[in-house]
Amino acid sequence: MAFQFTEENLKRIEKARQKYPTSLAAVMDACYIGQEQNGFISDEVVEEIARVLEIPKTDVLGVVTFYTMFHTKKMGKYHIQVCTNVSCMLRGGYEIFDAVKEKLKIDNMEVTSDGKFSLEEVECMGACGGAPMIAVNSDYYENMTKEKVLEILDSLQ
Amino acid sequence: MEKIILPDIPDLNKLDVYIANGGFQAAKKALQMEPSEVIDIVKKSSLRGRGGAGFFTGLKWSFMPKVKTKPHYLCVNGDESEPGSFKDRQIFEKNPHQLIEGIIIAAHAIQAQTVYIYIRGEYYRWIQMLQAALDENYERGHLGEKMKQTFNTDFYCDVYIHRGAGAYICGEESALMNSIEGKRGYPRVKPPFPAQNGLWGNPTTINNVETITNVPKIIANGWEWFASIGAPKHPGTLLFGVSGHVNKPGVYELPTGTLLTDIIYNYAGGVPGNKKIKCVIPGGSSMPPLRGDQLEGIKMDADSLREAGSAIGTGGIMVMDEDTNLLDVLVRISHFYHHESCGQCTPCREGTGWMEKILRRIQSGQGTSKDLDLLVDVASNIEGRTVCALGDAAAWPVKFMITRFRDEFEKYVKKEVVIPVKNKIHSMKYTTYSVENIKLPESTKP
Ligand SMILES: Cc1cc2nc3c(=O)[nH]c(=O)nc-3n(C[C@H](O)[C@H](O)[C@H](O)COP(=O)(O)O)c2cc1C
Ligand code: SF4
Ligand code: FES
Repeated sequence: MAFQFTEENLKRIEKARQKYPTSLAAVMDACYIGQEQNGFISDEVVEEIARVLEIPKTDVLGVVTFYTMFHTKKMGKYHIQVCTNVSCMLRGGYEIFDAVKEKLKIDNMEVTSDGKFSLEEVECMGACGGAPMIAVNSDYYENMTKEKVLEILDSLQ
Repeated sequence: MEKIILPDIPDLNKLDVYIANGGFQAAKKALQMEPSEVIDIVKKSSLRGRGGAGFFTGLKWSFMPKVKTKPHYLCVNGDESEPGSFKDRQIFEKNPHQLIEGIIIAAHAIQAQTVYIYIRGEYYRWIQMLQAALDENYERGHLGEKMKQTFNTDFYCDVYIHRGAGAYICGEESALMNSIEGKRGYPRVKPPFPAQNGLWGNPTTINNVETITNVPKIIANGWEWFASIGAPKHPGTLLFGVSGHVNKPGVYELPTGTLLTDIIYNYAGGVPGNKKIKCVIPGGSSMPPLRGDQLEGIKMDADSLREAGSAIGTGGIMVMDEDTNLLDVLVRISHFYHHESCGQCTPCREGTGWMEKILRRIQSGQGTSKDLDLLVDVASNIEGRTVCALGDAAAWPVKFMITRFRDEFEKYVKKEVVIPVKNKIHSMKYTTYSVENIKLPESTKP
């Protein structure tokens, strides 16, 4: 069945639309809401956003493909983001990235077969004072060590 | 030393605590002034932008049309994506109401009735915190139409958060505006400048989060007070984010003009294992790196750092100890700019790709000293030839890392010699060979 926003989410999109003089400007908010409801932004989600905001589908697609936080394929329930930019790298960011890779047996931008985890090597997350750091979905974990990261992975159900 | 942005007051993020400490008195005062009066005070304070370029804030505000014929907009830049920068987040978390009060004053000064705070998408938790703070201020009548009664004025403004979605380039002010408009974050060609032709073609001012957070204190305590703190030409405090090889990484609010060595050794606790410093990037990864053996006497303000051959940027100080492999660091930096280039202009799109490629060749052990010259050459050809400053941001680290640490980079490459070879078409053709790979013919040996 084609993707449809829930009533609740339609209201959130309408609220986002009120922030701007054009409905196009609400497209990023709508993409986040679509991604949240569907897990990722499929063609059907793109179509539904275009329909709800009354904008061309290509405008939605252009935005979805430009920004790295919008995913066009299903990611894991826990999306593990490991920063390897300079401040994190200096304090062991790559060791952590490798440890997660080894533990989950997946590479960058892959998903475990049970759909529980996905992994992404990310650019600076603005937490360099707490380097090395990772994020699990929207939550930051700073001052990480290999051991701590593996513990966090174990604790995620 | 009094702190302007992050005072040591417990629970300052609670609205009642903020108000009990004098919060919103400055807004009250400013809203009774003419917009031009507010701009004048900020001009005299010499407040400069904290987002990287260090432009004078009052002057920027004065570019907005005095007579309003179209809607005016204020964009507050909280994209904070420059590697090594992590200061604006502290403001969202610890002093959001001062940011909001600053927004009210700035919006009044430029007559903007709609304000967008652009925050990087990864900061979702901080977006939630700031949204809660905004909601509270709406309830108290500090924002929206109710402001008119609360502050007894004709002016009111609405403030919204726009959540980014993972693109460094959206921190650039014109890309930021495109992103707010719901488009891809491509920088725009300037002129026209935002003050004439910004959001949806209307007059717009873009300021960094920390810049705006300074404003209430300037109004409350007067421009003379502010101008007397720190370096005279770049007064006030800065939120210095120290990261990398230091014992106590973190954000330290200190007056401009503080010695770099003071920040690293006294505030950030020095280098683990008492190692020597090889390199410091003083203002976020786009800024020219400094040699560790030349840090003595360098002060952290815009003019002093320019003299020292770098720039203040966002005040993000990245410290690298003597064991750091600078080639690895530069590869990582170049990968970042290549990845983040929006691809609109050829020198940036192609140049960042080339630089990363050459650096990776060196990393794989296949580089020659000619490659180092080539890198500097490519970097110099990007500089100043692009639509936005990301081109420069990509070029500077390469150019200066290699020229300033040539001794170190020579260790990672093979030596090259230039040998003249007879050629039938041209009278002479010069070919370069790596010394290790060839046996020199007897005749060419010196
Ligand atoms: C590639 C690039 C990225 C930038 N990123 C940011 C940023 O994350 N935050 C910011 O405040 N300014 C950033 N800037 C600077 C902005 O374009 C703009 O100058 C600044 O927000 C103006 O505010 P200010 O005058 O208060 O400093 C960036 C500039 C460039 C070229
Ligand atoms: S300099 Fe680079 S990032 Fe800036 S507009 Fe040109 S291609 Fe895009
Ligand atoms: S470098 Fe990793 S958070 Fe900034």
